[in-house]
Amino acid sequence: MKKSTLITLKTLTWLACLGPMLLLVYQAVTNTLGPDPTANIELTTGYDTLLLLILSLAITPIRKLVPKLGWLIKFRRLLGLFAFFYGTVHMLTYVALYSNFSVQAMLDDIAKRKFITIGAITWLLLLPLAATSTTWAIRKLGGKNWNRLHMLVYVAAICGIIHYWWQVKPGVLAPLNMTISLAILLAARPVLAWWQGRRKAPAN
Amino acid sequence: MLIQKPADIPSSEITPRSGYDWYLSRRRFLRGVAATGAAALGAERIAEIVSPPIGAHAGTKLQTVKSPLSTTGEDLTTLDDITHYNNFYEFGTSKTDPAKNANGLPTRPWNVKISGKVKTPKTFDIDTLLKLRPLEDRVYRHRCVEAWSMVIPWVGYSLSELIKQCDPLPSAKYVQFLSYYQPKVEKWASESTINWPYSEGLRMDEAMHPLTLLAFGLYGEVLPNQDGAPVRITVPWKYGFKSAKSLVEIRFTDKQPPTTWNDLAPNEYGFYSNVNPTVDHPRWSQKSERRIGLPFYAQRKTTLMFNGYGEQVAGLYKGMDLTRNF
Repeated sequence: MKKSTLITLKTLTWLACLGPMLLLVYQAVTNTLGPDPTANIELTTGYDTLLLLILSLAITPIRKLVPKLGWLIKFRRLLGLFAFFYGTVHMLTYVALYSNFSVQAMLDDIAKRKFITIGAITWLLLLPLAATSTTWAIRKLGGKNWNRLHMLVYVAAICGIIHYWWQVKPGVLAPLNMTISLAILLAARPVLAWWQGRRKAPAN
Repeated sequence: MLIQKPADIPSSEITPRSGYDWYLSRRRFLRGVAATGAAALGAERIAEIVSPPIGAHAGTKLQTVKSPLSTTGEDLTTLDDITHYNNFYEFGTSKTDPAKNANGLPTRPWNVKISGKVKTPKTFDIDTLLKLRPLEDRVYRHRCVEAWSMVIPWVGYSLSELIKQCDPLPSAKYVQFLSYYQPKVEKWASESTINWPYSEGLRMDEAMHPLTLLAFGLYGEVLPNQDGAPVRITVPWKYGFKSAKSLVEIRFTDKQPPTTWNDLAPNEYGFYSNVNPTVDHPRWSQKSERRIGLPFYAQRKTTLMFNGYGEQVAGLYKGMDLTRNF
């Protein structure tokens, strides 16, 4: 790929990832966040976190399936970091607008409410991944260790989906699409590994 | 290249109330034409006969009187927010779905069946119900179990007025409310695993309490479909889901009737579901609420016991453990 194409694509990805945040800021300034601004911010940022996590998890299977798209790897870190960014805004919205910065209220929530507990766990799981996303950290840790650490993204994504299910009312199926997407992406890994192993093995 | 498209129309640009006339059906348009013609002939009485003021459609003015039971001292939630932030799962699980999907609800003709433990079961036509008692303007706080709240100027009269006309038997201890359900009209009902039709219920003394409202309108006009047209219940001291919408049947029972959310998750939604800041929902605190329509930094409000109607209704629950009977 030409360098200029890569730069253009990266710029577009940045803009697409920043889009929802810029829209929220614009709506907050113009007071057009809708009837329930607090819930709008919380639900939008939560949804975008999961969406970006799923997109970042789609890159590896797509590359394996279509070797021509190998360059997609250059976008994985960007998507992952934006997922962490939206997850952090999501978490801070909870801290500020739901618990009103009350440490007592937050501890109470974490102790009593499993969807908040698992939400907090999800953010904590993403934290070391974001912290070790620099090229320097990869070199420092070594590829093997870094890969091992970043397996946590699977746990984080699963926790995030559980958080979504536990947050909606019983009987509401809104998280279903994301759950199926994640399930496919997770299942694709062993399936693709098996399929590629077969292709590489000499034909009898 | 922004992926997310901007909000369709800023809410500030949606014309309130008067704009509803544009939804009117062809029939009503023709009726209007006929009425105009008749009036032009100088025969207003004929216009009355050709086009009786039945108030069949959202946006039609209702004749109302003031009510001493109206809540004062609160800023009203705008009509735009009341009609575009709804939980009406038959029309979709998103708050914005009912406004988009409920226009197919056939609110005329409409009958409400009275059944169960009554002297003689009967059926009320919606226009009869509308004329049964003078319609009152009643402002109530509305607190959703999801911890948001509104202040709504309802139009209606106390449910007790209707119950008195139903001759319930002494064995009638509870009242069950059943909502309209037609999967062909409410195609979105399958977005949740709820066992339709929507069912709610009250103890007889709760149903007879003057604050329990049989509502036909809001903001002085006929209920928009997404708010439970043509007739619904409004119980201001209970979480919003207790107030069943689009009623087709009122059933008097001797036992506590099954109710939709209580059936689905009894640990989350009690039969009583009185607004109570000291009893948390398993998934969130009920100590405070978000007032709809305010900027994000100004939404948080303290939730009041019985939604602020304790003076009138606390007596109903004397001696009851409201933590157990939540």
